[in-house]
Amino acid sequence: MSIFRKKGRSGEKIETQWSTAMRNFRKDKMALTGIAIFVIILIVALVQTMLNPKGWSTLTTDFAKPPSWHHPFGTTDSGLDLMSGCLKGALQDLIIAVIVSTMALVIGTAVGAVAGYFGGLLDSVLMRVVDLLLVVPLLTILIVMSNIFSSGGGSPLAIALLIGFLSWTYISRLVRAEFLALRERPFVEASIALGASSWRVITRHLIPNAIGVIMVNTTLTVAGAILLESTLSYLGLGIVPPAVSLGMLVQDGQGSATTSPWQFFFPAGLLLIIVLCVFVIGDGMQAAFDPRNARRRK
Amino acid sequence: MVAYSGDPLFPLKMNPLTPPATIKIREHDLFLDHSLPWRYWHWFSGLFHGNFGLDLSNNPVRPQLFLHMGVTLRMVVLAFVLAVIIAVSLGVLSALKRGGLIDRGITFTTFFFLATPVFVTGLFLKFYLAIPLDKYFGRQILATNGAQSPLASGSFLHRLPDLAAHFTLPTITLILAVFSSWTIYQRSSILETMNMDHVMLARSKGISPRRVLRRHILRNALIPIITVLALDFAGLLGGAVVTETVYSWNGLGRWFLGGASNIDLNVTLAYLLFTAVLVIMFNLLADIAYGFLDPRIRYR
Amino acid sequence: MAQPVVSVKGLEVSFATEGGMLNAVRGLTFELAEQEVLGIVGESGSGKSVTALALIGLLPKTAVVKGSVEIDGEEIVGRAEKDMYKMRGSKIAMIFQDPMTSLNPVYTIGWQIIEAVRSHGKVSKDEAKVRAIELLRLSGIPRPEAALDSYPHEFSGGMRQRVVIAIAMANSPRVMLADEPTTALDVTVQAQVLLSLQSALEKTKAALVLVTHDLGVVAGMANRVIVMYAGRVVEFANVDELFYRPSMPYTHGLLGAIPSHAEDSDERLSQIPGAPPTMLNHAGGCPFAPRCPLAQDVCRSTEPALEPVATADGSVHLSACHFRDEVSSMPVASMFKGAEQILEGAEDSGH
Repeated sequence: MSIFRKKGRSGEKIETQWSTAMRNFRKDKMALTGIAIFVIILIVALVQTMLNPKGWSTLTTDFAKPPSWHHPFGTTDSGLDLMSGCLKGALQDLIIAVIVSTMALVIGTAVGAVAGYFGGLLDSVLMRVVDLLLVVPLLTILIVMSNIFSSGGGSPLAIALLIGFLSWTYISRLVRAEFLALRERPFVEASIALGASSWRVITRHLIPNAIGVIMVNTTLTVAGAILLESTLSYLGLGIVPPAVSLGMLVQDGQGSATTSPWQFFFPAGLLLIIVLCVFVIGDGMQAAFDPRNARRRK
Repeated sequence: MVAYSGDPLFPLKMNPLTPPATIKIREHDLFLDHSLPWRYWHWFSGLFHGNFGLDLSNNPVRPQLFLHMGVTLRMVVLAFVLAVIIAVSLGVLSALKRGGLIDRGITFTTFFFLATPVFVTGLFLKFYLAIPLDKYFGRQILATNGAQSPLASGSFLHRLPDLAAHFTLPTITLILAVFSSWTIYQRSSILETMNMDHVMLARSKGISPRRVLRRHILRNALIPIITVLALDFAGLLGGAVVTETVYSWNGLGRWFLGGASNIDLNVTLAYLLFTAVLVIMFNLLADIAYGFLDPRIRYR
Repeated sequence: MAQPVVSVKGLEVSFATEGGMLNAVRGLTFELAEQEVLGIVGESGSGKSVTALALIGLLPKTAVVKGSVEIDGEEIVGRAEKDMYKMRGSKIAMIFQDPMTSLNPVYTIGWQIIEAVRSHGKVSKDEAKVRAIELLRLSGIPRPEAALDSYPHEFSGGMRQRVVIAIAMANSPRVMLADEPTTALDVTVQAQVLLSLQSALEKTKAALVLVTHDLGVVAGMANRVIVMYAGRVVEFANVDELFYRPSMPYTHGLLGAIPSHAEDSDERLSQIPGAPPTMLNHAGGCPFAPRCPLAQDVCRSTEPALEPVATADGSVHLSACHFRDEVSSMPVASMFKGAEQILEGAEDSGH
């Protein structure tokens, strides 16, 4: 029974969700630091791999040497330059993570959108598939699948596709939940009532309004993919030589962890820093898109 | 469940000395000459009689499953319970001291462990905590290999110190693998509940702040985290596979890893079934706990 | 006037925000005696809810509160939480806006009332239960014994609000605060809830601060009324004075927006153009000036003080308007009638 009518004030700058988020994000020092470190690692890895593509395959006679000017990260038991390996591995991990998160973004959004928008039988079927994938630990499925498709390890692309194919469930659930809520909102109902097609409603109204959830969780999928890939590689089921990943380097280095700790610390540390950066960026995005519910991950 | 396309007899076939007849016999033993649906049905119908089939070396799977299950469940359940207690306490503490030094410390710690893969935590503790410690004291304080000493015998109480030495690190590793996201969730759940209308009403009644926290904020904030715990239980089992590998535990995870890399059908299926049942059981437990904590669901 | 149970002097509440200090309440002063009802009206964002929370000490920690609030002679402003919580419930109680969310969903209604009863003084469980049943009956819940074991979600909004009223009167407080107690309810239920609120007042002899934007509720319940605009009191008067001789254009606007039930009424409702200003960095001048059809240069440069208007019966009537005497003699809402078109231009100068 409100007796007051509010009118939009003309000339007021309309703030979209996007511009608000960008403004919030720019004030988040933690997230900006995360991005800075992440970009630096990426550039260094790119430059190093381009300038010295054979760094990781050139054998030297320096076996298990501690870090020095010549080998900033030291060398491995078999005399390889660890820095080249770490950076190449980091680059490999990031490429895999990008493929995985792109797949998760596309499949997850599509499945979540269809399930959340159309509902009914389609929704039930899709969500049962998601449940099935959630019942068995992701790592377990990956172990089985990687054994089947690549007999215990494989090319980076195969691993990426495998992880990507299994990583979309979380995004799809969130997108579905978001769509279910948005569908009830007046502007969506109005749009449907005006005869807009499903495609138009989904692409023009629902996805733009769910963009925060989608972006944040795609970022978090990057972190999850790196963690999964490195774990698989550690178990000897991920990437196989001559390709290299950080998880593989940790596994190689663990035998000499007490005698030459740099073989453990550099790959493990780099892995940790990269994932930490991605998490911090994701958290910053979360806070930027939804300041009230910041840090409500998972 | 899984369309098995790998060939367990691959090594055998690659050996030119193996007579074709041997392969035929092995194929028959493993039912590989039958169609996939038939094999699946055969396995499935065996389940009803408690029969998990034989592994590749013709040993029955069932006793192995139960043997390894005991080892793994001890670790997983202990880690789960401790992680829940730690996560809830830290989450509450963090929420109450929001913005302060303690909150920032806890947030940083949770993010740090969230970003650390399980195997890195495990290896770190193993090589840079347990081994130096044991060296320093000149005897084994924290064991890094296996679930118990091979020679340990006697009553359970007698073996307890030995078990504890073997237990400590893997359990800590698993806890560190899962407590972070639960702590973050618990923190935000508390913060959200704190600002709810019914908490304002409770405060306006004039009850003590401690009682408001315990009976109104904490009690209500525990409800949503139950779903998360149940969902993450699958992840905990995944973490157990890695932890067992790091500490060379003869548990389900390693058993499964071995089975999977040998493409041992019955072992893999048994493990997958076990994890699925466990996860479903946990979700059921979560539903029951939900009904217990939230009357709105109880009455539905 | 008898010894006041509530005495508020120069209350100021502000919040530090990214955009600067937000002054939610600026200089609020009033006194209230037993069984008196004070209505506080204003648009959303005018500072009325913040005022209620300040009176019971439930503002978030980020709020800066100045001035003085005395309840039954005890100062509340600046009191530490560990001393403050004992006053809640026993001296001052509050009824919240949305009964759908203000009861804890996981406890029975009986549990929640008994908790309130037992939080002040030693009461045995059985005594508390008897008292809870009595409270439920007083607030008009049918079959109170059965209601004890019900959960909030089994009750309708109106019933829940009566439970909240029962909780508020559990320890016979000296003052009750009601923040929009009927806004979230169906119109048909509103009257019943107001009735149980009234009987709660009679029973406890408490004073009531009724925060609302519904002038109909004010007319039916309040003795005196404060009109708030942009965190400031712009008019204060007895309820009759306010309705018949409003002395501030904003009050005229509020009254003009109420539908008349007279049969021959075919008048259009008037509206106040524009929207209330944000309370960040007040620039000076009358905050209502951008929306006021009578605004002169003086209004835009100098903020008018809250000063008395002459009244026929000698009661206190204060208004914060440079032209308070002229405005008080104008017919209600006359300055807004048919003025909409002329005023369209004024909106842009809003902010």
